[in-house]
Amino acid sequence: MRDAPLLEVRDLNAWYGESHVLHGVDLDIREGETVTLLGRNGAGKTTTLRAIMGILRRREGVIRLRGQDLLKLPLHKVAQAGLGYVPEERGIFASLNVAENLMLPPKVAESGMSVEEIYRLFPNLHERRTSQGTKLSGGEQQMLAIARVLRTGAKILLLDEPTEGLAPVIVQRIGDVLVALKERGMTILLVEQNFRFARKVADRFYLMEDGRMVGSFPGPELDAHMDQLHEVLGV
Amino acid sequence: MSTIFGIPAPALYGQILIGLINGSFYALLSLGLAVIFGLLRVINFAHGAQYMLGAFAAYLLLNYVGIGYWPSLMLAPLIVGAVAVVIERTMLSRLYSLDPLYGLLLTFGLALIFEGMFRYWFGAAGKPYSPPAQLAGGVNLGFMFMPIYRGWVVIASLVICLGTWLLIEKTRLGAYLRAATENATLVQAFGVNVPRLLTLTYGLGAALAALAGVLAAPIYQVSPLMGSNLIIIVFAVVVVGGMGSILGAIVTGYMLGVLEGLTKVFYPEASSIVIFVIMAIVLLVRPAGLFGREE
Repeated sequence: MRDAPLLEVRDLNAWYGESHVLHGVDLDIREGETVTLLGRNGAGKTTTLRAIMGILRRREGVIRLRGQDLLKLPLHKVAQAGLGYVPEERGIFASLNVAENLMLPPKVAESGMSVEEIYRLFPNLHERRTSQGTKLSGGEQQMLAIARVLRTGAKILLLDEPTEGLAPVIVQRIGDVLVALKERGMTILLVEQNFRFARKVADRFYLMEDGRMVGSFPGPELDAHMDQLHEVLGV
Repeated sequence: MSTIFGIPAPALYGQILIGLINGSFYALLSLGLAVIFGLLRVINFAHGAQYMLGAFAAYLLLNYVGIGYWPSLMLAPLIVGAVAVVIERTMLSRLYSLDPLYGLLLTFGLALIFEGMFRYWFGAAGKPYSPPAQLAGGVNLGFMFMPIYRGWVVIASLVICLGTWLLIEKTRLGAYLRAATENATLVQAFGVNVPRLLTLTYGLGAALAALAGVLAAPIYQVSPLMGSNLIIIVFAVVVVGGMGSILGAIVTGYMLGVLEGLTKVFYPEASSIVIFVIMAIVLLVRPAGLFGREE
């Protein structure tokens, strides 16, 4: 099946305690594709990523990676199956230096970038490799959070709002990195509020509202969907 | 005879040595407690019992199997560590999602059971355990007489503390441990088997306590209550050093041991409470402890 999606999410429901937060989410990502989830704060984008990763445990539905059912796996097996997670809060460890942060996630495949390649892509991280992880600037921490999962050989990157709170020049830099990763054939699931940033890399958009998917269209059709976009994003 | 602040010098040196010895055990025990608390968020009340089990393991190995001190330094921590691993897998791991109080209650109950069992079998009286022949006797240092075994305990505890510190600060396993202490969920989401890391950490902490127990056997005698006598002070050490701080536990352990020894010389009446007075002051001035990070 050439067109079978790499990651397939069907009728995903999830709960935080008693509150039902995802309602039948469907999502497909094919190999090498960059897919962007757009939606307002609280629409369920981050929750969708956390449910796919298995950090949010109370969920029902289907999550398959190359046909492998991820729903039943314990949390640490999901990364081993090939998902690389870059959390919204970045998750840089204060008690580890930059190099230790970079080396922390165990390799899941041999296809990952070498440390030399990563330092070429992010020269700042090399310069500051002995600094405490959280002493880096916000932009550098974001680069480190991305670099960290590139080393592991993950098949799919789950990126949660990588541009949030960063200066335009850094946002530009992160955009360049994503383009470079895309050219290397990386598959990316990107959560963004900034669709101007996302349009540079996204092959496809999903729109979320109140824990539901409310729309989906290919990247080049972004302009044709501006009205719907403005309505859903409230911009 | 020379005096220092009106105190005979040999008495002063003697108490500093006793302080260093006690400090060695405070450091070894609070180190294990700090590692366990840092990652598992469990206040391991069984730590004193695990120390006692280490001493008893050495005693039983010697008297029933004929295995001496040196092999016991390896075997007793392995045995007690293995028991701890079983306890973590079968009981403690079920409590992580609950209030930390449950972990404290479970380990407190286990401590009472272990101490009760050994009291029933062996009575409350201390059993002698001789230091190995290689470390018997003493040396005259010129300014004081030092039993060789006591010098060995101070050096061994320093080496063990340094080794544990290096393991945590400089190795990959240590990096997992530090990171999981900050955010266990994220470390597991990166593919690290965190449940196994927790089991290993509890086993390691208990093994450290058992190792301290073997070191202590020739000094304090082996008794079912040797742990509960010590553990309250060790908790004070952990609080002063900062809950979960490795370096804090080590430095504070030696520091408070020596301070306690000096108090015995200069104001003996206060020697049994000095550590708790310091704990109270530290809690007032720096609630996170001397080396702790504010959360």
